[in-house]
Amino acid sequence: MTRVAVRAWLEERLDLEAASHLLEAKVVPRHRYSVFYYLGGMALFLFAIQLGTGLLLLLYYEPGVSTAHESVKRISGEIPFGWLVRSIHRWSADIFIGVVVLHMLSAFLMKAYRRPRELTWLTGVAAFGIALGFGFSGYLLPWDEIAFFATSVGTAVAGAVPFVGQAMLQLLRGGDDVTGSTLARFFALHVVVLPFGALVVLALHLLQVQKHGMSVPPGVEESGRPRPFFPDFLLRDLVGWTLALALLAALAALLPAELGPKADPFASAPAGIKPEWYFYAPFQQLKWIPSYVGPFEGEAVGAVGFGLLGLLLALVPFLDRRAGRGERSPAFSAAGVVVFLYLVALTWYAWLH
Amino acid sequence: MFWEAEFLFHSGQEVRAMEVGVPGRRAFLDRLLGLSSVGTLLAIVYPVLHFVFPRSRPKGRARGAVLAGHASELPPGSGHVFPLGTQPAILVHTPDGQWRAFSARCTHLSCTVRYNQEMGLLHCPCHDGRFDLTGKNVGGPPPRPLPEHSVVLKGDEVYVAESEVG
Repeated sequence: MTRVAVRAWLEERLDLEAASHLLEAKVVPRHRYSVFYYLGGMALFLFAIQLGTGLLLLLYYEPGVSTAHESVKRISGEIPFGWLVRSIHRWSADIFIGVVVLHMLSAFLMKAYRRPRELTWLTGVAAFGIALGFGFSGYLLPWDEIAFFATSVGTAVAGAVPFVGQAMLQLLRGGDDVTGSTLARFFALHVVVLPFGALVVLALHLLQVQKHGMSVPPGVEESGRPRPFFPDFLLRDLVGWTLALALLAALAALLPAELGPKADPFASAPAGIKPEWYFYAPFQQLKWIPSYVGPFEGEAVGAVGFGLLGLLLALVPFLDRRAGRGERSPAFSAAGVVVFLYLVALTWYAWLH
Repeated sequence: MFWEAEFLFHSGQEVRAMEVGVPGRRAFLDRLLGLSSVGTLLAIVYPVLHFVFPRSRPKGRARGAVLAGHASELPPGSGHVFPLGTQPAILVHTPDGQWRAFSARCTHLSCTVRYNQEMGLLHCPCHDGRFDLTGKNVGGPPPRPLPEHSVVLKGDEVYVAESEVG
């Protein structure tokens, strides 16, 4: 069969023409902030890296209290390039969260959430929540000392929520304490529930982006004709992705993922214990909230506070009414920046101490 | 009511049924369908929820006293974490020679505390929670003291029994 015949055969079944029309119509606006449009694609690329390396790790990782730590040790020490795959998975996760945070921050400042893109923002917030869930659940899987206590604390924060906390704690831990049941749950969450959720949420997110096109910030003048997405923008994306891949390889080689001593539920928490960097802000905040705030226990105040912050983030498009009407709303942006800077300061402080 | 409508249909007065605006056979079937859909959904959700939420098990209390350590291995001013039932507990030999035992679960967010010799305190490294050697919360975020257990010395062996209140 000739190439033309194959193409015709596929065309009849897949309607490729329509897909290529769609691709041709997709453009990226050009203005002085257009560099921020690369962040979404970068997040997507790093997520793909996570799927790929995660799938590879699945071939050797064995969940279970008596096998998890041993299998991760084997991946890092015995399996050819196991250290590389695991280290890239760890570093890519860290950078992924950072890129998603910047992507959200730029969407916030460029007011890309305003009508009719509220659902793009909401699915983005959901994807951010899923990303944090990936980080939290994946952290336990090596079943080392720090992972054990990080999970104890993280699930206890959920347990501190008034009324529903105890049920959430039981649901997360699969019992009263962090045990093999917790490990089984976190494994299922990390490799099935969250990836499936992420794909659904990302599909909705990208569908929205496709439908509404990319948002141009209010009051920003476009400089010239928009850039075609294919191949111009995609090729530029590729340059960024190649750089990211090089950075990941370098980080993995120079600072490979570590593995602490195996978790022992009957040992003291190690001195100087800290969570992953993206949980530094809540970690530091929990240290600073006193044992009682008025009549309420400090940890309950913290847990409810974090929940409210997440809710506020999700409601941004509905709270910024001026932007929704197409008016300027610098006060709203300023409020967001203040909250962001506070979180950065907490993270910075936790980093130094 | 819908059975009235049914009656009207059966008595061949469909036109009248439509005129008076009573829901007809379709509405009746729609309701049945809705009801059975909800029923089916409940029959799925109920067992799934019970499957996902673990059956709460009685706390693994230690029966009687547990050998927590040997006096000769714990000089004054030291502590040692050991399992008491399913929970970690900490045995403390205070600098003035007393033996005490507490739940090792920090009352803040359930990390396991350690004996910190420099501070002369029980310290939780997770959020810098501090307890004195009587178990009282004296610094950082913990809201309550550590529950105390009772200690019995038999020669070199130190036994700890879970206190009823703990």
